[in-house]
Amino acid sequence: MDELNALMGGFAVALSFYHIMLMVIGITLGVIIGVLPGLGGANGVAILLPLTFTMAPTSAIILLTSIYWGALFGGAITSILFNIPGEPWSVATTFDGHPMAQNGKADEALVGAFTSSFVGAIFAVALITFLAPVVAKFALKFGPAEFFAVQFLTFASFIGMGRGSAFKTVASMCLGFALASVGLDNVTGTLRMTFGQDELLNGFKFLVAVIGLFGIGEILSSMEDGLKFNGAAAKLRMDAVIRTWKQLPRMWATFLRSCIVGCWMGITPGGATPASFMGYGIAKRLSKKGNNFGKGELEGVVAPETAAHAAGTAALLPMLTLGIPGSPTAAVLLGGLLIWGLQPGPLLFVEQPDFVWGLIASMYLGNVVGLVMVLTCVPFFAAILRVPFSIIAPAIVFICAVGAFTVNNAMFDVWLMLAFGVLGYLFNKLRYPLPPLVLAMVLGDQAESSFRQAMLVSQGNVGVFWSNWLCGGIMTLGLVMAFWPALTALKAKLAGNGPVPRAA
Amino acid sequence: MSTNEEAEGRPLASYRTLDIAVAIFFLVVCAIVVVDSLRIGISWKANEGPQPGLFPFYMAMAMGIASLVNLYKALPHSDEGAETAVNSVGLGRMAAIFVPAVIFVLATHFIGIYVSATIYIGAFMVFFGKFPLWKAATVSLGIAIVNFLMFEVWFLVPLPKGPLEAALGY
Repeated sequence: MDELNALMGGFAVALSFYHIMLMVIGITLGVIIGVLPGLGGANGVAILLPLTFTMAPTSAIILLTSIYWGALFGGAITSILFNIPGEPWSVATTFDGHPMAQNGKADEALVGAFTSSFVGAIFAVALITFLAPVVAKFALKFGPAEFFAVQFLTFASFIGMGRGSAFKTVASMCLGFALASVGLDNVTGTLRMTFGQDELLNGFKFLVAVIGLFGIGEILSSMEDGLKFNGAAAKLRMDAVIRTWKQLPRMWATFLRSCIVGCWMGITPGGATPASFMGYGIAKRLSKKGNNFGKGELEGVVAPETAAHAAGTAALLPMLTLGIPGSPTAAVLLGGLLIWGLQPGPLLFVEQPDFVWGLIASMYLGNVVGLVMVLTCVPFFAAILRVPFSIIAPAIVFICAVGAFTVNNAMFDVWLMLAFGVLGYLFNKLRYPLPPLVLAMVLGDQAESSFRQAMLVSQGNVGVFWSNWLCGGIMTLGLVMAFWPALTALKAKLAGNGPVPRAA
Repeated sequence: MSTNEEAEGRPLASYRTLDIAVAIFFLVVCAIVVVDSLRIGISWKANEGPQPGLFPFYMAMAMGIASLVNLYKALPHSDEGAETAVNSVGLGRMAAIFVPAVIFVLATHFIGIYVSATIYIGAFMVFFGKFPLWKAATVSLGIAIVNFLMFEVWFLVPLPKGPLEAALGY
């Protein structure tokens, strides 16, 4: 019951007028970010991060996480009304959401999506409330070897659970590690890969990379597609809310399955996007109405939205307890913690209980505020898309440039942002996954130094990673994950004495 | 995404070409990292542990091997690879936003971010969006002024400024 007491303390922190106002502002900004192409959760938070440097950490994180919730909610609006996923994790929502809108049931689809987002998020926050302190307490005993094992598992999960080519995942991830190692080596003080350029002394700032890869990259893709918005106006009457809510309890099994899938994918860094596809896929297979999926079935909106939101929220659990973010946006928030002078990881729960529990309480409140706001303000948010793209596109480039500049007050970073933008466009086009790259840039230094510390302790014996059951277990699981695609390919080859798989 | 628009515009590059180009980009990065890692040492040093080049070296190795596989997979002709990835219309639209963006960043060095953003947004609206001049000027000035107030006045985050702001006393 310690958790409940601590949580109540957290509510006392979060429930002030100032903080509720920050939530409202954050969620409004977040939904706008989620609706607009080119601005997503990760780069939206990255751009606004510098504005919070002068705020108290608790207020700052409440503002930024609210933006994140808003972005998660906002992605659904464009998916359903315009068949344009505002965010990658709402692609699966278009499958049934847009057909529903075409059948004149846009209001039900929106209510269903928002409600299930809410349910998914609350499930994940409840999980964080009770699991996070346990994990944090447990992790206090971690040494460098254990930390490296967890980090290894994090990255191996990208390979094991990625949806695309495993080799592209590895290439993208290792590029992130290589970029992270540029600059001053924090163990020996050696300069690495700076080639005499002063600008590179501090290495590549991952915030700049996030803004470029996601922001500029997405603007380029949107421009290439010649994005034109033409969707129906959204009217949301209160009877639609009641009508939809009446249908939802019957889908409890779908909710539960998607919550579990989402939390799992969020904690291991699968992220919200694969979670939404998995949630949709599982519901399609197991639901009684599975055959109707794709034609406008409410359950087909509920399943991916619940999973995506649960994953997006659960991604904060490893960030808070271990300092390992479960998604790019969580990685940006982690960067924020470091800038505000807070060291994420197990000690955070001991040293900054007000901050941690204030944050957790604000997750409950933020999602309640968010649900109310999106239910009441859908027409307003949908109207944003009627702003011509020829205003939005250059304005977003401008805002991205501002965001990149403020990271370090350097024009060099703005140029880098443009370069990362081209890279982001190419990676998107060729299906190189971006989250492993971003996470490797964030965690590269940490992973490297825990590896080197562990090596130093053991005098270069790799056996240190299997010196106890915990570390060994995590490492072994990591290895299984890393070689999972190879294992499944091998299995398919051994079993496949029939037709040769086309991947040959 | 938009398969219906693929018909318009000359095809410029196939997925195969792009895949090969990106794989080669990775190999170049890999070579750079390997060369520098070897310079600073990749072996074990007594009392110091692994030398600073060790970790990047093996990361670059993994990246290199993965990119070789990607390259190998991209090389053979396949129907999937022959599909058009970029056509002239798409590239033109991208250039319409990107080339001015480069000029915008370059101009920021001289005239500050607010003035160059006003010109950038306004010019894009006129030439790409076909807005009348007065509308473009109003919108772009509005965006710049709102941002100026937000960053310079309310949040006190200094952005690059040029002669105009200096003349106004900032």
